[in-house]
Amino acid sequence: MHYAIIKAGESPSFPDGDPFLAAGVAVSQAEAVIYLAGAKLAHNDAKSVVLVELGNESLGEHTGELLGEEGSNVVGFARYRNGLDAPSSLVELVVQSRTPQDAVAAARSIFEAAGLVVAICTDQAGRIVDRLVRPKYNAALRLLDEGLAIQKDIDLTCRLGLGYPDGPIERAVRGGLVHHHDITKALFETYGTPGYAPARRAVVAARRRES
Amino acid sequence: MGAGIAIVAARGGFNTISYDRSQEALERSHNATIAFFEKSVERGKMTPGERGRTVKAMRSTTDLDVLGECDLIIEAVFEELSVKRDLLRALDAVCEPRTIFASNTSTLSITEIAAGSKRPHKVVGMHFCLPAQLMKLIEMSPGLLTSEETFQSAWQWTLACGQIPVKTQDKPGFILNALLVPFNNDAIRAVEAGVASAADIDKALKTALGYKMGPLELIDLIGLDTQVRLSEAFYPITLDGRAAAPPLLRRMVAAGLLGRKSGQGFFRYEGEAMFGA
Repeated sequence: MHYAIIKAGESPSFPDGDPFLAAGVAVSQAEAVIYLAGAKLAHNDAKSVVLVELGNESLGEHTGELLGEEGSNVVGFARYRNGLDAPSSLVELVVQSRTPQDAVAAARSIFEAAGLVVAICTDQAGRIVDRLVRPKYNAALRLLDEGLAIQKDIDLTCRLGLGYPDGPIERAVRGGLVHHHDITKALFETYGTPGYAPARRAVVAARRRES
Repeated sequence: MGAGIAIVAARGGFNTISYDRSQEALERSHNATIAFFEKSVERGKMTPGERGRTVKAMRSTTDLDVLGECDLIIEAVFEELSVKRDLLRALDAVCEPRTIFASNTSTLSITEIAAGSKRPHKVVGMHFCLPAQLMKLIEMSPGLLTSEETFQSAWQWTLACGQIPVKTQDKPGFILNALLVPFNNDAIRAVEAGVASAADIDKALKTALGYKMGPLELIDLIGLDTQVRLSEAFYPITLDGRAAAPPLLRRMVAAGLLGRKSGQGFFRYEGEAMFGA
């Protein structure tokens, strides 16, 4: 499927030089349009799908919402990356309650043709991965503060006991504690549950950035 | 679990006695152990000579008095405080004062278990991971009264067995379950909240993070009823809302959807094949 790319800066999902960008064609020749890095969305019903790259925000901020009746050929997406790490091969595809299935199928085919793995989720804060892993990183950082074990052993335990390629603390630190803080703070503001409250070490990192 | 721990001990060169009240259970464990060693030799993980020596180092009994000769006893009995305390009380009567008692508990307090013994300074936590005969990690926890000498002896024993110990405080779930039980519950809540299907949640986490198994697949393997029990053990102690059993989990258990062992949990199982539920 031919797609056009409209971008307002460097995309977290497809950084400059990514071959996905080079495959884009002119809008007039494309069956799909992809908006990257905060480029302003223009609706286009003539296209199979209009894709909007998301950061921490909801798709509804771009499309508007209709109390559960929202949905069009506009589909949100984000290629998961752990802060400073390179983007993973996962694309989280964000749909609304009335998003047409053919728009979802078109979006899926674009990313799968690029060798990426697609998981579909609804328009909820943190999508799948950040919603689930950020509380765990917070918990691991709190356990470190409480002296349950040293950092090396907390990470080693997760690697050996669960087969993870890296432990929660080393992963949060490698991706950037400030990045972790910003994501989990946004989730905390949405959900209000204590698990999302940024851990002290992430707060320290964020405050040092500000100062 | 006990059979796997016995394999670790015997493979490490220690004379090992497995105790169970049921002779039938001991025979089942023995047969599984022999089959495991067969595979180990086939796969080149063990020589036939090592197998012979290891099997020779293992014996079993239904008589608790036989354990009186042991230097270290590792219990892996039912995960209930009174059961573990009763066992330590009985062992106090048959064991030498030098004997160390280790608990393989994954949820209970070592200090509370040790309170069942007259020698709390000789009680230590040694949490093996499943399957114990394959996993290297052991979470080692001293109770409030555990002596440094006891802890170091147990620590050296794990090293002699080729295991990798990590030291944790005596807190609910130690490291592994303190992180895993709430995380697994969060994954169930995401299904319940309609964030994504179970299959997409597992796919996302495996792809993004390189996990070998998604959380919902793991819960199916552990058993949904076990996840309820773990949650019920953690939540009253920690009062962490993430540790509380999600309503969907309870509904699935009530419906008999227990995971792999019942043929369906978050996924359906037909033989070895897995299908999205």
